[in-house]
Amino acid sequence: MYQHTRLTTNRFGFFQKFKNFDYILLFCILLLGFISLTTMYSTDGGEVLFHTKSHFTKLIVFTIMMVIISFINIKYWFAVGYLSYIAVIGLLIATYLFGITSSGSQRWINLYFINLQPSELMKIFIILCLAKYFHRMKIENVNSVYTILTSLIIIILPMGLVIVQPDLGTSVLIGISGIAVLWFAGINHKYFIYTMLGFVISLPFIIAFLKPYQKLRVLTFLNPDRDPLGAGYQIIQSKIAVGSGGIFGKGFLKGTQSYLEFLPEKHTDFIFTLFSEEFGFFGSAFLLIIYAITIYRVIVIGASSRSYFAKIFCYSFGAAIFVFITINMSMVLGLLPIVGSPLPIMSYGGSSMLATMIGFGIVMSARVHNQQMIA
Amino acid sequence: MFNSSSDNVKKLNSINRRMFITGSIKFFIMVGIVSRLFFLQVKENKKYLTLSDKNRIREWKLAPVRGEFHDYFGNVIAGNFEAYQLHIIPEQVDDFRYVIYRIKDLLELSDKEFRKVLKKKNEIKPWETLIVSDNLNWQKFSKVNNHLYDLNGVKPVISISRNYPYKENFTHLIGYVSQANQDDIESTDSIKKNFVPGLKVGKVGLEKSFEEKLIGTNDIERYEVNAYGRRISQLEFQKGEKGKNLRLTIDTEVQKLTNDLLKDKAGSICVMDIYTGAVIAMHSSPSFDPNLFVFGISQDEWQLIRNDPMKPLVNKTLQGNYSPGSTIKPIVALSALENGIIDTNFTVKCTGKTEMYDQTYHCWKKKGHGFVSLRNAMKQSCDTYFYEISRKLGVDRLSETAKKFGLGEKVFGDLFDIEKKGLIPNTQWKKNALGKGWLLGETIITGIGQGYIQTTPIQLCLMTAQIANGGYKIYPHIVSEDKKKVHPADKYTPLYENSKNIRIIKDAMFGSTNEVMGTSYRSRIDNPKYQFAGKTGTAQVKKITERERELDLKTFEIPYEQRDHALYIAFGPYKNPRYALSIIVEHGGNGSTTAAPMATKLFKLIIDRHVIRQLMDDKRYLEI
Repeated sequence: MYQHTRLTTNRFGFFQKFKNFDYILLFCILLLGFISLTTMYSTDGGEVLFHTKSHFTKLIVFTIMMVIISFINIKYWFAVGYLSYIAVIGLLIATYLFGITSSGSQRWINLYFINLQPSELMKIFIILCLAKYFHRMKIENVNSVYTILTSLIIIILPMGLVIVQPDLGTSVLIGISGIAVLWFAGINHKYFIYTMLGFVISLPFIIAFLKPYQKLRVLTFLNPDRDPLGAGYQIIQSKIAVGSGGIFGKGFLKGTQSYLEFLPEKHTDFIFTLFSEEFGFFGSAFLLIIYAITIYRVIVIGASSRSYFAKIFCYSFGAAIFVFITINMSMVLGLLPIVGSPLPIMSYGGSSMLATMIGFGIVMSARVHNQQMIA
Repeated sequence: MFNSSSDNVKKLNSINRRMFITGSIKFFIMVGIVSRLFFLQVKENKKYLTLSDKNRIREWKLAPVRGEFHDYFGNVIAGNFEAYQLHIIPEQVDDFRYVIYRIKDLLELSDKEFRKVLKKKNEIKPWETLIVSDNLNWQKFSKVNNHLYDLNGVKPVISISRNYPYKENFTHLIGYVSQANQDDIESTDSIKKNFVPGLKVGKVGLEKSFEEKLIGTNDIERYEVNAYGRRISQLEFQKGEKGKNLRLTIDTEVQKLTNDLLKDKAGSICVMDIYTGAVIAMHSSPSFDPNLFVFGISQDEWQLIRNDPMKPLVNKTLQGNYSPGSTIKPIVALSALENGIIDTNFTVKCTGKTEMYDQTYHCWKKKGHGFVSLRNAMKQSCDTYFYEISRKLGVDRLSETAKKFGLGEKVFGDLFDIEKKGLIPNTQWKKNALGKGWLLGETIITGIGQGYIQTTPIQLCLMTAQIANGGYKIYPHIVSEDKKKVHPADKYTPLYENSKNIRIIKDAMFGSTNEVMGTSYRSRIDNPKYQFAGKTGTAQVKKITERERELDLKTFEIPYEQRDHALYIAFGPYKNPRYALSIIVEHGGNGSTTAAPMATKLFKLIIDRHVIRQLMDDKRYLEI
């Protein structure tokens, strides 16, 4: 078996790596990048302005970075699992101490060449860390109190650091990423059911502890017409934009809701709204299909990986990306309360794209090195 | 190794099973999102498209262009002109203080006007238009335009505004427009529908009566606006319709003469076509310039008009309830003839006064008229004769005839809300209104148009016209298109029992004007083309005491408020009559000296103008 491993390892030549690439996944990512770029161009009012330029640069840089990541053997990513988690925890602590405060929350940290949002990175690195934690674990030990407690601490620590920023949305998404790993790792499904029940029962108490603006969001979600010019404004305008798009959309650069500035946050969280307004139901469905193919490829890569670590990472990453996408879309379509959550690849924002691309890079690495066994 | 391997298999089984569950959940969530998209974008598309348009499209209404008033010959008597205005939207001005002081200098606003502008600014919302000046002259307007680079946010606007070129001549008839207030908006639908700030609507007169027709519809500008309300581009300009022009039956030349005749006097003149009921002229004096009201009258000017003892704000033609005095005599005589109380041979001896029911009733002529028959009594306006016949006639029969001829009733129906009904008393009325029985003495003074009886000048004019046309009912109107609407049929309804009686009355009125001893003999015109017949009237405004009767003061010796009203009714030309008129000069003294001479001048013009009017009608007919 050792022999076998070495033999396969020897076959990872440079061209072989190219040959092993998942070109469908790469194409989907590039296509999403292109779509996001044109949409960004539309948010700039049909001109190449700051957002388009910046987004373009990031796309190029991070796509190259993804390719580089995919060329690095998956075993090295396994090796840095804990370290990267600790590093991001360190960044979160640094953010708490010396972060940049913007619109009421302290989320960014100035790294001199880039303003980084470590909480976005945590969404991916928590998967990496937990995947490593469960990789070597025997199935009998998975449901032991010690394991569960340790993994819960790994999840709750960054969540807490993000909540104090305050940024409930991202914190919840980090939690979901972590729980996805626990799910695939085989933690007894009863725990998930009990937790779910417990959550539903304690929901009223949680709401009581929410900050006033968070409570307002929940109330607004339940009834957007409560305060159409205030808290309900975003969701109402977003629904109008999507709804008025119709079957074929208003046409590229013709989204009135967007260029007349009725749409809030159109570069970031509400980018799907703009896309949907201009390209209609067919455009949106097309975008969803691209995302679906992307996620499907990620799962296929996981399934074809020989190592448990790669499998668990790919599955969890696929689930997490899926959750990010659906939460964002449900939010702009008025199915969920407004929580700040970007749409992967589409939304403007360096940290989010960086994290997503690192994730895809590791998945791609698992594909390129799919015969790699990790002891 | 084996253990580890079986462990691996278990682990793989578990993760694959869970992946399958996850995949299924993902699929259903995906379907959920797609159906939500379908619901919003396909099913509810219309609703959201409307909402999106509502978001981005905003309408701006512009004031509609008001319809004009034309006289019978097409002269504009209430038209529109371009008013130069200066608007500011405070929100759009960076430094309001600077701009407003700069404008103050440029327009040379007085401190008072300036304070008014500032006050207005505080009353409106910052995004509403502040009208700094609504009617600038060209010099100032161009001056402001030259300094626009310095006046950020100031908008010079050319707006259409009301203009009354004949100034005070038509004030009471046409009325005037002024800024619409809350009451106007609430009471009239067309104002509500077309309202824009600064909209001017009719406040009195025909401007008010025909508001619905005159107002027109708004121009509508549709703009695409962004979320902050800034206009991005104009999408559409929907031209409104101008209000309907109204052609009146009025002859401006005659109207101007009535104004000249009543200059510095309080009173009213109206002239009517005796066959069609078309009002040729209708004037109430004193009048005022209606243009003052268009842009809001200044407090000083308003006080001047309001406190004028001659009451310029009252339309005396329609609102003035006057005792008709001797001008009622044709109706009294007609009623007596119709009811067979008297015939033309019936005579009464007038000694200057007569005792009836323990009261002394005086004739205006102290020495008395001697024996008078109907024709003579009318001619010389012998009061004693009419005391006697009204005593015989009784007030109830008199009131019946008077009402038939249009007294005691609104002449124009609902056209003017201010019009008064006057009062034709009878026994029933007194019982109902005052709760007292009718006294015979009251019948006697009613016979010479004193006491309870009250008529408006337009009623007297209608009465005269209906006598002059041979006793047929006519329907007075001012708007020429109304003729058919008001007149129910082509045939005329007779108001008399015996047409001979009407001829007797007309002949008596002819005597009164054209024969020696007639009360208006001095005002006669001998030329048969202009010859007219009339009846003077002098209405007392207070009871004359015995002492005053002895003093026999001349008119100018009596204080103004106590002088008699002078009245005159007439129709002409006598042979083949066409026009009737009524004249009232408040506190003018004597009907024969004050009111009747006006008729002379009027008939000359009216009959000359009749030829032109006739030509005009023929031409119109040919054009069709």
